[in-house]
Amino acid sequence: MGRALAAAIGVASIAAAAVASAEPPAGAAACSGCHPVSSRVASPVPRLGGADRAAIARAMQDFRSGQRAATVMDRIAKGFTDDEIQAIAAWYATQK
Amino acid sequence: MKPGRREFLGLVAGAAAFFPTPTFAQGAAPRVVVVGGGFAGASCARALRQLNPRIAVTLVEPNATFTACPFSNAVIGGLRELSAQQFTYERVGADGITLARARATGVDPPARTVTLGNGTRLRYDRLVLAPGIDIRWGSLPGYDEAAAAHMPHAWSAGEQTLLLRRQLEAMDDGGLVVISAPANPFRCPPGPYERASLIAHYLKTKKPKSKLIILDAKDAFSKQRLFQAAWAELYPGLLEWVPLSKGGAVTSVDAATRTFVTDFGRHQAKVANVIPPQKAGRIAEVAGVADRSGWCPIDPVTFESKLQAGIHVIGDAAIAGAMPKSAFAANSQAKTCAAAVARLLSGAAPPAPKLINTCYSLVAPDYGISVAGVYVPSGGQLADVPGAGGVSPADAPRTTRAAEAVLAEAWFRTITDEVFG
Repeated sequence: MGRALAAAIGVASIAAAAVASAEPPAGAAACSGCHPVSSRVASPVPRLGGADRAAIARAMQDFRSGQRAATVMDRIAKGFTDDEIQAIAAWYATQK
Repeated sequence: MKPGRREFLGLVAGAAAFFPTPTFAQGAAPRVVVVGGGFAGASCARALRQLNPRIAVTLVEPNATFTACPFSNAVIGGLRELSAQQFTYERVGADGITLARARATGVDPPARTVTLGNGTRLRYDRLVLAPGIDIRWGSLPGYDEAAAAHMPHAWSAGEQTLLLRRQLEAMDDGGLVVISAPANPFRCPPGPYERASLIAHYLKTKKPKSKLIILDAKDAFSKQRLFQAAWAELYPGLLEWVPLSKGGAVTSVDAATRTFVTDFGRHQAKVANVIPPQKAGRIAEVAGVADRSGWCPIDPVTFESKLQAGIHVIGDAAIAGAMPKSAFAANSQAKTCAAAVARLLSGAAPPAPKLINTCYSLVAPDYGISVAGVYVPSGGQLADVPGAGGVSPADAPRTTRAAEAVLAEAWFRTITDEVFG
């Protein structure tokens, strides 16, 4: 029983690590409600997957400050901190 | 469901009971059952597979085709065909998700099983309920399922949507259209007002002597100032909103004569659309996750029910605090819930999430408005992030309204591709 439990914990922690690496940071998963993941979708809203990390972060900051004109992104960007913006930008930059 | 799987489920029951948090013990894949194949359920099933392909996900949904509510008001207004609202589960199944084409009829939370209408019993380590809404039949005197054939609700998209459209098409110019809107909470808070707008657009274009009245059980509604400014500009004299304080609350209806009764009088309509009071889909009540309000209280980090351990509730059925009952919110909640479930299954604690809602409404084909919000868990509920969110600017030029109408359609293509494509 003890060995089974130890094995289970071992597998569980490997699985947890696998989940953690694929898991988007807070807020990131919601973006694909409007930003297409698939290139099949025709949209004026840019795809974020594989985009330049610094460009995503700068866009979010400029929407937040009002420096960049927006329809809805100004209202959304105001809900995110600098750290959250950096984490989201870094995560999307690594996505396909 | 394959018979072999059922026997296998029995074998691992002992292991599941030993570990209070289900684990990957003895190589068994953790099992998640998702009930409901709408924006919430289908999104959650796919997100679970993406986060961890080892999770065995079963999606329980009786319909082969999903008919989306967002943009169904454009179908009613003759701007779009119902086929543009319809999606199959082919791609969802191709993700390795088991599709159970049946209705969930029972849940046994201690045994962690779901019973389907065809008699199959599915075991789960975590259950996600995404049942959407049910009409609260009988709560509005005179309005039952038979009445809905004369006074359609069209609040679940499909035949009801087409029925309302056909009635509008059959109406003579000069007819009176009446929409009754319910008290909060209900699916799609701006929906009744978008519907009124697009019906008004149809009347203005095709039957300009007609009139539309909204009888409302509320004194305020979503995007109100934007809608009212647009109505004054686009549909003056055609569309009248009667709030609660002016006698808008409907106390009963008579389907035979298409009559709405209020404390202040009677309105006999040529076309009558009753948007009735609602509650969480029936399985929520069966599973014991709905409270006396008819909706489902949840933990704002994991979307786990506050009433039943191991069961998560997402989408319109959930009490999600400041988040409205919208397709975007359902999709956002689904992905948050999937991440939490994947963590919990591997014995890890889910981090605090951040969620978004964006919701577009069309006031005319080229006139869009939106509301957005950003949400975090706070005080046991999902709360607005202060300073974020809000509605489209009141003073925006028509070019902005046109841009938001384009964005609304792009949003629909994007989200339906993520969920079903």
